[in-house]
Amino acid sequence: MCLGIPGRIVEITDFEANLALADVSGVKRKVNVTCVSGEGLASLVDKWVLIHVGFAMAIIDEEEAEKTMQTLHALGDAQEEFEAMFESERSLEVRHEVRR
Amino acid sequence: MKFVDEFRDPSAARSLLAAIEESVEELGATAEKPIHIMEVCGGHTHAIFRFGLDKLTPPGLEFIHGPGCPVCVLPMSRVDDCVEIAERPDVIMTTFGDVMRVPGTKKSLFQAKADGADVRMVYSPLDALELARRQPDKEVVFFGLGFETTTPSTAIAIQQAAREELTNFSIFCNHISVPPPIKALLEDPLSMIDGFVGPGHVSMVIGTKPYEFIARDFNKPIVVAGFEPLDLLQSILMVLKQLASGRAEVENQYSRVVPDDGNMISIASVEDVYEPRPTFEWRGLGEIDASGLRVRAKYREFDAEEKFGIGYGLKRNSLKEPEGCACGEVMTGRVKPVACPQFGKGCTPDMPLGALMVSSEGACAAYWQYGGAR
Repeated sequence: MCLGIPGRIVEITDFEANLALADVSGVKRKVNVTCVSGEGLASLVDKWVLIHVGFAMAIIDEEEAEKTMQTLHALGDAQEEFEAMFESERSLEVRHEVRR
Repeated sequence: MKFVDEFRDPSAARSLLAAIEESVEELGATAEKPIHIMEVCGGHTHAIFRFGLDKLTPPGLEFIHGPGCPVCVLPMSRVDDCVEIAERPDVIMTTFGDVMRVPGTKKSLFQAKADGADVRMVYSPLDALELARRQPDKEVVFFGLGFETTTPSTAIAIQQAAREELTNFSIFCNHISVPPPIKALLEDPLSMIDGFVGPGHVSMVIGTKPYEFIARDFNKPIVVAGFEPLDLLQSILMVLKQLASGRAEVENQYSRVVPDDGNMISIASVEDVYEPRPTFEWRGLGEIDASGLRVRAKYREFDAEEKFGIGYGLKRNSLKEPEGCACGEVMTGRVKPVACPQFGKGCTPDMPLGALMVSSEGACAAYWQYGGAR
């Protein structure tokens, strides 16, 4: 949770809600880009950002993205982040279960 | 030097280590009378152990692992309150994964889920918001936890929910702030801290100015650091150099990511949605003034405390730690994890008794995984 994961903005998907699609090591993930929107949303495409819990928090360069990814892999945090993204997809399924 | 060879630039690491050794010697520090540097952030704690920096640096330098793991400092009463909300009919409790295993007095969220509550792990508050849109018949609550790095995410989620006029989404706010516990630790007359390695990604949001009191009022150095082993070594050296020359300043080693003013958009969102609570409890540290946030009245319909009538501290005061658990003393640097009577016996990462064993950012879990420091 403490460490951000680098991703590259692929496209802006919702200009009103500040949403974009980011490529995080091949995994496509919806991110909110409000916090990095200072220069306008369109300028974010192809930029590297540091993503915390689905929010892009800083624009970084490619070298920094690479270094950060290496550190996250060494810490085991990259894997944890991807697992959380996949688990989250499952959590979004609409369920109408009966409680015990 | 097994670890050093794995670093991105082993020769740079070797010269930094040599310079650290020289500085520690110059300061006259020894294993018996070491310099104490606190790394505030849990991510740094994890990195120090993973890269063996505690073993590579000289015995005259000792790390104190700070309170920067939000899962670790979450008081048990808040877990109990959260379980109570989760177990109400028609509630979907959403949360980050590592929160689910934090023990409350009766159960964790994980156990509540096993008992039939609808508790779901999500990666982001954005996903909780999406769930609220998809299930308008349910009350979707997000367990908001974390320091300044995650606070903007729940603030922006609330702003978005307000724009969409969602009526079934709320945040159970447990957000906390980094500077107040640093102040509390420094005010402790028994404090042994000589300097700080400051958090990287928290500072990316708040900037470096909120740390000025550390240098100005307490005459201690702090260096905001990145997460690579080389970042950490360089930052440790910068702290030592300040100590050796009698300086106490706020320095920024991680300026390639951390602007001194922080991220203004994030700061504005947080300011709009949240306000400081008069006090908030930290596990192991007790109540600390203005260290926690609550949802402002103008967003009260998105405040789970208001919605479910569970205010902070309404029902009870601080709860006792489990028998024999030394999380409090470990957190303040008074004892090492291995000195806790429950370490590795009644408390392991699979069956955590205390919070420091739950998250990989907790000092006890790091000792367990990577073997104790000296």
